[in-house]
Amino acid sequence: MSDNIVEINNLSFGYKGRLLHKGINMVFPRGKVVAIMGGSGSGKTTLLRLIGGQLTPNVGEVRVDDEVVHEQGRDGLYRLRRKMGMLFQFGALFTDLSVFENVAFPIREHTNLPESMVRDFVMLKLNAVGLRGAHNLMPTELSGGMARRVALARAVALDPQIIMYDEPFAGLDPISMGVVCNLIRSLNDALGATSIVVTHDVHETFSFVDYVYFVSDGVVVAEGTPNQLRRSKMPFVHQFVHGEADGPVPFHYPAVDYASELLRGHRA
Amino acid sequence: MLKKVNAVLSGLGHRMIEGVWRVGAAGRLFFYVWVYLFESLKRPRLIIREVYATGVLSLLIILVSAFFVGMVLGLQGYNTLQKYGSSEAIGVLVALALVRELGPVVTALLFAGRAGTAITAEIGLMKATEQLSAMEMMAVSPVARVIVPRFWSGVISMPILAALFSMVGVLGGYFVAVPIIGVDSGAFWSQMQASVDFYDDIVNGVIKSIVFGVVCTMIALFEGYDAPPTAEGVSRATTRTVVNSSLAVLGLDFILTAFMIH
Repeated sequence: MSDNIVEINNLSFGYKGRLLHKGINMVFPRGKVVAIMGGSGSGKTTLLRLIGGQLTPNVGEVRVDDEVVHEQGRDGLYRLRRKMGMLFQFGALFTDLSVFENVAFPIREHTNLPESMVRDFVMLKLNAVGLRGAHNLMPTELSGGMARRVALARAVALDPQIIMYDEPFAGLDPISMGVVCNLIRSLNDALGATSIVVTHDVHETFSFVDYVYFVSDGVVVAEGTPNQLRRSKMPFVHQFVHGEADGPVPFHYPAVDYASELLRGHRA
Repeated sequence: MLKKVNAVLSGLGHRMIEGVWRVGAAGRLFFYVWVYLFESLKRPRLIIREVYATGVLSLLIILVSAFFVGMVLGLQGYNTLQKYGSSEAIGVLVALALVRELGPVVTALLFAGRAGTAITAEIGLMKATEQLSAMEMMAVSPVARVIVPRFWSGVISMPILAALFSMVGVLGGYFVAVPIIGVDSGAFWSQMQASVDFYDDIVNGVIKSIVFGVVCTMIALFEGYDAPPTAEGVSRATTRTVVNSSLAVLGLDFILTAFMIH
């Protein structure tokens, strides 16, 4: 059994003639919390979809628990996915089901447990995210932070070995952000799982992750522990960590020269 | 000039490729529906819930429309038949028009507008809010869990709704013909009983409604499943459901009728 539960080897992926990833290599050791960081549109979420087998790489491979994801048939892929839990950016709760039914959903789909045990499991998970008292509410009655926590309870309902988080802090207030940070770390350690966090919130992420990959322009531009990256002199890392508006990642989207653009409009 | 011709040809080519791609995607979805069709019968609660959402909740619009259609048939039929001195045949006219044509066709058109749009919008929004992706990541097939129960609900609901449409339509025709116009009640029912054939009229009507049920539901499901995950994408998909379902129902009605008439 490999020390790494997920490995990404020389992965290239793109569509419609645009290459989003160009030979990415990453490893995710068992038991660790690893962050993938980068600007908007850098393909971070796509990496999670490649790990989950929802997309197929053009070149290279993604290995989960020593198995190549995109070489699996439907049954093999579903078997691998049962080892994974995923928290989507806005929770992706089923809006026609209550909080309780949302968390019970994967348990009911994949086990034949009696209803009393399903209830115990659901309450256990909801208690872990502090929302046992909200089990009767519908998703529309939840705040953004609460929805994210319910989705987290659902993602860990079957005690997965890998938990993937897609922008878990997006749109959260500082209190909810702190709660989610603590939950990611504590659930990872309690379940003995491996967590992959896709985010661009530097300060929250650096406070609880073990290792960080920085992705830009389709490649891994930097990697290391949060302390190593804080001290990094690399221009990209410096710009990202300190939130500078301009630098290696330009403020402007590529365009023709500004003066000639204005002149062209004037002539027209 | 050459550039414009090139742009027009390129646009046409893109549309053709997109059309072929959509036909292929619809075929693939239909194949998956077939794969999970009988497996989903193990979850009767899901199917019952969808039958309620698509069938029971469509009842009001179907029954009210049926009553008015029946009344209009009664009025128009009497107006024409009395010129030939055969106003007692009004019952036959109303019943045959409803059972053979108007029942299945108008029910399918109303179903597409009421239930089909709801199915498309619901699935399109589930896709836009990543609920279908979440299901896939939980190793649960969205086709088995979301699509197939709705498919069953359409196929089950449509013939029942069409039968109820015909029944209430006949009552609407009776209401106009007998109490209001004064046609003899006995003649109304007995001529209907004598002239409506179980196999040629009723069974053929039921076959039509089952075919319309399959087609309308599949169109609604595919449009929702294929909708771009944006507000505009879902709204366009909903419109396409109504347009494509209506055209398919009317076109298929002609083809089926041509086969059914000896």
